[in-house]
Formats: sequence, C-alpha cells, structure tokens
Amino acid sequence: MNSAAFNDPTTARSLVEAISRLAKRLPEVRLMEVCGTHTMEIGRLGIRQLLPENVRLISGPGCPVCVTPAAYIDAVAELALFEGVRIATFGDLFRVPGVRRSFAQVKAAGAAVEIVTSPRAALELARKTHGEVIFTAVGFETTIPATAAAMKTLTVEGLDNLSFFVAHRLVPPALDVLLADPSLCISGFLLPGHVSAIVGAGAYGALVKRGVPGVITGFDALDLLAGICCLLDLLVKKEVAVKNEYTRVVPPQGNPAALRLIEEVYDPCDAVWRGIGTFPESGLRLRPHFAAYDASVRFGLKATGEEMPAGCSCGSVLKGMILPEQCPLFGTACTPENPVGPCMVSSEGSCAAAFKYGDRQ
Amino acid sequence: MIDTILLNHGSGRGLDELLHTVILPEIGIDSAAPLEDAAVFTLPQGRCAFTTDSFVIRPLEFPGGDIGKLSVCGTINDLAMVGATPHSISVAMIIEEGLDVALLRRILRSIRHESKAAGVSIQCGDTKVVDRGKADGIFIATSGIGIVPAGRNLSVAHARSGDAVVLSGPIGLHGIAVLSAREGLNFASTVVSDCASLHRCTDALLKASPHTRIMRDATRGGCAAVLNEIAEASGVTIMVRQSAIPVPPEVAGACSYLGLDPLQVANEGRFVAIVPAEEAEAAVAACRTVVHGDGACIIGTVEPRGRVAVLLETAIGSRRVVDVPSGELLPRIC
Repeated sequence: MNSAAFNDPTTARSLVEAISRLAKRLPEVRLMEVCGTHTMEIGRLGIRQLLPENVRLISGPGCPVCVTPAAYIDAVAELALFEGVRIATFGDLFRVPGVRRSFAQVKAAGAAVEIVTSPRAALELARKTHGEVIFTAVGFETTIPATAAAMKTLTVEGLDNLSFFVAHRLVPPALDVLLADPSLCISGFLLPGHVSAIVGAGAYGALVKRGVPGVITGFDALDLLAGICCLLDLLVKKEVAVKNEYTRVVPPQGNPAALRLIEEVYDPCDAVWRGIGTFPESGLRLRPHFAAYDASVRFGLKATGEEMPAGCSCGSVLKGMILPEQCPLFGTACTPENPVGPCMVSSEGSCAAAFKYGDRQ
Repeated sequence: MIDTILLNHGSGRGLDELLHTVILPEIGIDSAAPLEDAAVFTLPQGRCAFTTDSFVIRPLEFPGGDIGKLSVCGTINDLAMVGATPHSISVAMIIEEGLDVALLRRILRSIRHESKAAGVSIQCGDTKVVDRGKADGIFIATSGIGIVPAGRNLSVAHARSGDAVVLSGPIGLHGIAVLSAREGLNFASTVVSDCASLHRCTDALLKASPHTRIMRDATRGGCAAVLNEIAEASGVTIMVRQSAIPVPPEVAGACSYLGLDPLQVANEGRFVAIVPAEEAEAAVAACRTVVHGDGACIIGTVEPRGRVAVLLETAIGSRRVVDVPSGELLPRIC
C-alpha cells in the first residue's frame, strides 16, 4: 500500500542528491528491475527524470503475463471455443495476443471467458458451473502459493470439473540465465519486493557468484530511490552482495510456509519464456499426484512453441537489450489498443509503461 | 402480484399489468391518467440542452447507488456540465426475463427519489422485455432536456493558457466501489460510490465564476480522460499537481493493489472545471458551500500547448504523462 511516509518529498530529494553524488564516481551503469510492478511504479513516479544521465534503468522480464508463451494463449483460446468449456483467467492476460488470437477475441466469438482476481474465485466459479472450468495458472512466486492452496482445496473437495493449466515461472533461475548472457551488460539488479517476500533474500546467490550486486526493494518512491542509492553505493565500493532495502516486508528466509506449499503441489521444470527462450528449471508443473486436475493432461494442451507474432521485439525488450521505443512497431503498429506483443498490453509490461508514462525520451 | 419478470410482461395485457402495478406507482406517475404516445409540455424560454445516455452496470446495486440512481444522475450531470438547469428526462428500460421484481422496484424507487430531489420531471418512458441471457438484468436508456440561462457558453474547446483547473472532490470512489462489489474485494468493501446529481454544485460554481470556460464530469476514463479531452479540444497542455489531487486512502490502497491509476478510475459525482485564474478561488469556495462540492480544490493550471497533452507533477518533483486508459480497467494478478 502507498503511504505518505514512503513518498515524503523532502526525503526523496535528499536520496536523489545522494544518488547524484554516487553517480559522479561511476561510469555509465545499467540497473535492471525485474518486477513489472517496479517498472510501472518507476514510470508512474517519473523516477528516471530524477536520475543522473549515467544511471540507466532497464526493464527486465518481470511481468508474468509478458513471458507467458504465445502458444499457451493460443492453446487455451482454442479450447475455449468448445461448447461447455469455461476459462477462468486473470484480467491482465485477457487481451494479450497469442500468435493466432487473444482470449478477448475468442470471447467475442462466443467463448466463455471469465476474469477472476484470485484462484479462489476460479474454485467458486467451478462450484456453480456444470461444465468444465480451466483456470490459467500463470504468475511468479507471488501468485504461486495461492494457486497451490487452491489446487489443494480442489483435490480435497474433489471438484472434477475444474483443472489448472500451469505456466508459472520462477524469477531466480531467469536471473541466472540473464546473467550468463554477456551482451546484456547489467551492472546491478533491483530485485522484486513481493517475489522476495516469498523466496527470501537468500534465493539470489547466483548473482553474487556471477559478480553482480542486487538490492531487494519495495514500490513506493522512497523504496525505489533508496534501492537505487544502495545499489550505486555497492557499485562504488565494488562490493558484490545482495542487500535488502525492503525489510518491512521481506524476511531473510522468505515465507517458509508458502515455499512448502509450492513444493507440495509443484515440481520445477524447464520452461519457455516468451520471446526469450527456454530456461532450465525456471517453470513449474503439477506433481503427478495432481495429474487428474492438470488441464494439460485432461485436454492434451501443449504450450511448447516459441513462435512470436511477426515483427514483435518483445523478447529483446524483456531482456533489456532494447528500450521499448527502439522497437520499430512501438506506438505505431503496436499500441495498448492494438497490441502486437505482450509487453504493450499487460498492465505491467515495459512497453505499456513507456507508452503510458512516456518518460524515456 | 408480479414477483419475476416474464417474457409476456413485454407486451399486451402482461405489459399493462407490469406498468400499472409496478412501474408507474414506483416511479411516482399517476397510473389512472391516460398514457399518450408522446409527452406534450411547455419549456421555459431560452436555449435548450438535450442529451442522451445509456446505462449498463454490474452489479445493478452497489454501495452508494444502483442503476436507477446512476441513470438519473448521469443524465442530470450531462445537462449540468453545459450550464443547463435540468428540466425533463425520459427513461427507457430493457429488462431481462427473470429479473426479480423486488430489485426492479428498488431501481424504480431510486429513479423516483433522485429525479424528485433534483426537481426533474420524468416525462416519458418505454419498457421492453428480452429473453434471458440477452441483457444483464436491466439496461436503462435516458434522454434529458435542460434550459441554458442566458450568457452561459461552455465548451470543451474553451480552455486558455493561464486558466486554473478545479476538481469538485475526491476521486475514484465510484469505480472502486463497483469493482469491489463485483469482485468481492473485502479490503475495499467500505468504499461508497460518489454517484450524485451535480447541478446544484455547477450552478453555484457558475454564479461565483461567471467566465467558467469548461465543466466536464469525470465518468468513464476518470479525470485522466476528461483532462486529455479538454487539452486536445482546446489545443493546450494541462499541468496537474499530484499533491493537490484528493485520493481517499481506501481508493489509493485498492488502486495500488490492483495496479490501477486513480486518475483513470471512473467517478459518477465529480467534475473538472476550467476557470479563469482570477475566479478560481471564488469557484472553489462556492462549490464547497454545496453538498457534493465540499471537497473542491484547485489541482492545476492550463499552459500553452507543449509536446504532451496532460502532465502530472508528482509528489517527489518529477513529471509524467497522464494518459487516457486504453479500455476497461482490468485488475492485474500480482
């Protein structure tokens, strides 16, 4: 929640001054945020304008909807057109285009697509529906405990008309892959506050091993500025560590109960990140015990293709290799009203943030 | 006694029964008087304002109002925004087979209450019943006529550099109240819609600030949409200050959780006015004497047209674009 205390203008000014002092002692640095909410808040708060020229904020693959494979959307959309099938999905996945179509388009063609705000709502929908309900279980560590809990409820209740099509993705393994790509030149990471509240500060050991510092931070103005300040301080001191600037929410060990729940329901698996590629052990699949409620088993759904809509550069945007405005489709062929790629349509997408807040020019 | 709307209530004797036992008594019209094909009445002298609107909302009842109140307030507000005194409205209803008549009665009573309180006559109406699944409970379409007093000439294209931007009160309450009722968001369950008729407030403002250029109610798309419409139509840039815009804490909290921008959230009882800078203080003071304007404030200024239509100066001193939402606001997942 936003609160006045974490957006205090006077403290913000002194943090901006501290950032400027530190930046004078550094060459150009590229800091990547890997959380869609960070991307949106940085835009909404106009943080980039307050930073010195040599401190660049790059958006990473932090939007769970953006990295959900196009083949996943196409597979669900196709299934949705069958009589007696109902799709329960999160709002921000609704308008994301697959290669062939979006949920919004199949709904207009007569498919039953319902927007839910939680996995619990999908359970409620299944309880009052006779037909098959398929829940699109996408999202990072912040969403996974809730879908795991819902899956357990589902099996206890034995609701045989509900199944989950799982495309969960894990943040720490993705960071490891990004770090392995030398072309990205990332000086440091602003690490996601909500994901870290689940996985804990200890989950980012790979960063330290690869010699890149990171700071876990929150979402208000002072959180973000303090996170950037702390990261620059580490860079000035040439100290490679993961610091936690969001201690009011993130304990060092994360949330052990949530982690146990995830482990109980899901197994790690290799997974496709839309436009970026397949990362080892970066996704989750339901454990064999839950196979009866797995939509990929029940309906033979597959989402393994890596196809992208023609001309879409979302992959390069998600890896921070180009800025949204550098995509030839940005703002012309690809707009929030007529998105080509997921980064433009998701409420947390980098292109949507750049289009909406226009703060990068 | 009718307790559920059936298809046969859409015509013949069924419609007659629905009209005479439910609709006319609840809406407060003498059901013994003959029903003509059109209302015939005399308007006071002067220029007329004429508007039409249609209302679809789920749920039909929400904290602070229902579709009946919404339809009357929405029509009155459209008239009020061009400086008109609301005079008469029409109400047409498309009702879905199976609608609970107790709910219909509550909606009709809201229409009666709100129009009576606003001093507006319901001159005519229409009722249709459609098959189950062909409407979302009930759709309401209204038209309204108002009288524009001499000397009032408001237009969305009239903003000038140097003018002040006035907002009539805290924003985001309607959108969050409805979203909360629809999605069962417990944390926002105390939020009540601002749904209200604003003609008394706009009247007070116009008396205090006779050179008011523009008034617009910030409904769908919220303040962001209205400010952009004004900037584009008038060829100016509007600069608003975040610290000056009243956002109730429960709205800020819900928006933060759902990934929404309060400036883009719908209101049903708030308007933006563009007034000459020298009349701004008087305009705000006048609004504050009226019940739905008691949170009025100055939130920004009109500037010569720059690269961007609407800019927000954030609390931490940066500036960012205020864009129009690209469609219906969809809550995000995390």
